[in-house]
Amino acid sequence: MAKLANIAEVPVGTSLCEGWKPVKRVRKFPTHIVVFLAPAVLIYTVFMIYPMLSSLWLSLLNRIPGEGTGFVGLQNYVTLLTSEHWAPRFWNAFRNNVVFFVIHMLVQNPVALALAVMLHSRIRGAVVYRTVIFTPAILSVVLAGFAWRMVLNPVWGVSYTILDFFGMGDLDRPWLGLEETALVTLSLISVWQNVGIPMVLFLAALVRIPDELVEAARVDGANSWRVFRHVQLPLIMPSVAIVAVLTFVGNFNAFDLIYATQGSLAGPNFSTDIMGTFFFRTFFGFQLQPGDPHMGATVAGMMFLIILTGVLLYLFGWQRRMERIEY
Amino acid sequence: MKRWTAVLAALVVALVVSTAAFAQTRLVIESWRNDDLLIWQNVIIPAFRKHHPDIELVFAPTPPAEYNAVLSSKLAAGTAGDLITCRPFDLSLELYQQGHLVPLNDLPGIDNFSDLAKAAWSTDDGSVVFCVPMASVIHGFIYNKDIFDMLGLEEPRTEAEFLEVLERIRTGSRFTPLVMGTADQWEAATMGYQNIGPNYWKGEEGRLGLINGTARYNEGGFLAAFEALARWRPYLPRGYQAIRYSDAQNLFAQGTGAIYPAGSWDISVFRAMVGDLFEMGAFPPPLPEGATQCYISDHIDIGIGANAASPNREAALKFLEWVTSQEFAEIYANELPGFFPLSNHPVEIQDPLAREFLSWRESCDVTIRTAYHILSRGTPNNELDLWNASAQVLNGTMTPQAAADMVQRNLESWYEPQQRR
Repeated sequence: MAKLANIAEVPVGTSLCEGWKPVKRVRKFPTHIVVFLAPAVLIYTVFMIYPMLSSLWLSLLNRIPGEGTGFVGLQNYVTLLTSEHWAPRFWNAFRNNVVFFVIHMLVQNPVALALAVMLHSRIRGAVVYRTVIFTPAILSVVLAGFAWRMVLNPVWGVSYTILDFFGMGDLDRPWLGLEETALVTLSLISVWQNVGIPMVLFLAALVRIPDELVEAARVDGANSWRVFRHVQLPLIMPSVAIVAVLTFVGNFNAFDLIYATQGSLAGPNFSTDIMGTFFFRTFFGFQLQPGDPHMGATVAGMMFLIILTGVLLYLFGWQRRMERIEY
Repeated sequence: MKRWTAVLAALVVALVVSTAAFAQTRLVIESWRNDDLLIWQNVIIPAFRKHHPDIELVFAPTPPAEYNAVLSSKLAAGTAGDLITCRPFDLSLELYQQGHLVPLNDLPGIDNFSDLAKAAWSTDDGSVVFCVPMASVIHGFIYNKDIFDMLGLEEPRTEAEFLEVLERIRTGSRFTPLVMGTADQWEAATMGYQNIGPNYWKGEEGRLGLINGTARYNEGGFLAAFEALARWRPYLPRGYQAIRYSDAQNLFAQGTGAIYPAGSWDISVFRAMVGDLFEMGAFPPPLPEGATQCYISDHIDIGIGANAASPNREAALKFLEWVTSQEFAEIYANELPGFFPLSNHPVEIQDPLAREFLSWRESCDVTIRTAYHILSRGTPNNELDLWNASAQVLNGTMTPQAAADMVQRNLESWYEPQQRR
């Protein structure tokens, strides 16, 4: 419609093709664009791009016996992925990180979606629920980790007290201290803390859906589930995708919760070691193990590669195929 | 109005005082002992300033687990303090080799220390000393005397007696027999394996055997120590896999546990936490069957050196000289009971529990923790392997043999003297 209206406004007698003639006039260089972009580009370059490139460069260097520090090409990456000491630790961290991510995708995002749909259906006290569910997200991770460590503490944690009250004290386990349960427990703590963010994103997307669409479906006899499945969900798909990518990037960059609750050794027996803690231990060292900036940067390089692969998959595999819906 | 004048006057005075303070030399001490902050501020620094009022000191500790990482990045960036608290052996040696520490061979008073104490901060050939030894820590067991009296128990002398005492506490009372967790991993290795181990591997004989390649972690005393550690499992508190060091300290201090595998540094912590709640006693690591000679871990733990990049080297050296004095040894030993001075000065220790720990030096042979000297110079790190192995043995996720094999295999992978066999 807009296009037609514009054409209609063109004064009679002007050739519509005029605009397509080769224009002689030289466009003035758009200085203002450069000026407007400059602060962002400058800050981004100094604080993001330069450090990242410098870290990648660091990963290509190493100490060469007798020569000091020198260029070793991809040798550090080969060591990380194949040596008998580095490779098991690396793949262990990678595997744990995948589990960490899968739990977030299977628990955090569906729960967030369900909560968003429920809150959107104008239940009583929705604002209160929304605030309460979102609150953990604004807590410091250290605080959240500490609080949960206290809750789950076998000595004075409330989990034992509560279970014991119902005569089920024997069911209590040192969740954070067993290899089988520690990673899942930490993932769920992280889900608890972060579920508010995808919820708010989904809620915002749901609010944007015009009421007519939902009402029309209702008039056609659709029940709540069908409204959700065939009207709301397809319309908020872009948000679902964005949340998935944010979860992916966030999880493979995660570090703070594990460090705050389990320390940088990510115990027991490295069962909660993810890429972030593996990087930290390698780069900065731990106790008697001195830090190794070159292998540390190599781990960081692998993290970058993993995240880049994931984001590219999303960009080319999903986002391009997604329909853009304008209301 | 009057109030404002007073405030203004106070501000002016503060300003004058602080500018006067800036005119002095200001030394910053890097340390991992954040527990000792108040004692440094209230006792040690004022005592030093009586001799050198022109030198101001700031004690700036970092949490222990981060200390090494933070210190090395600060040193590399040139922002580290003037005085550096030194970890023993390899870690400080590396700092010296990188040129971060001042050689102290000519420091007046450095001769007040035995060669063994200085060995922790000397080059391998012993030619250069780069930190002043401050204190060592001794391992043993602290116990709740009230519980022992109530149950009619006596201090165990052998491992069999030790296990019997634990069994009697477990079956005869509601108290936790042995208070330790494995969540932080280092307690399992430090207060577990390295605490009882010297009795099994015969102290220095075993430790030097590892360094020479004649002893191995997966045989003889080193394996036996892992097996002895595994026998602790039934006596640890419920959920010990998730119990941290501070949880264990609290458990014992609240009187719910009977025996606490300790480092002597715990004495000052317990003195503050326990108060008059119950009486504490201590006994050395119990002897294995048939053994007569006892060995204890008297680990040289803490020293202090001067940052080579410090602009205030002269003042820093003055402080180090004071650290070698009798006065410092007395203050340190008594303000921080459980840190035992390494100098040759005769020092009277008041705390009875600390005196008990110290008395074992007379009857037992002393050694240090096995992974600190030389064996921590490669990857995988021997000390961290011991943490992991000891924690897993206690958690029951590894047999003592498997744990010992893992530690030995990782050490052999880079340590040449161990590869000869």
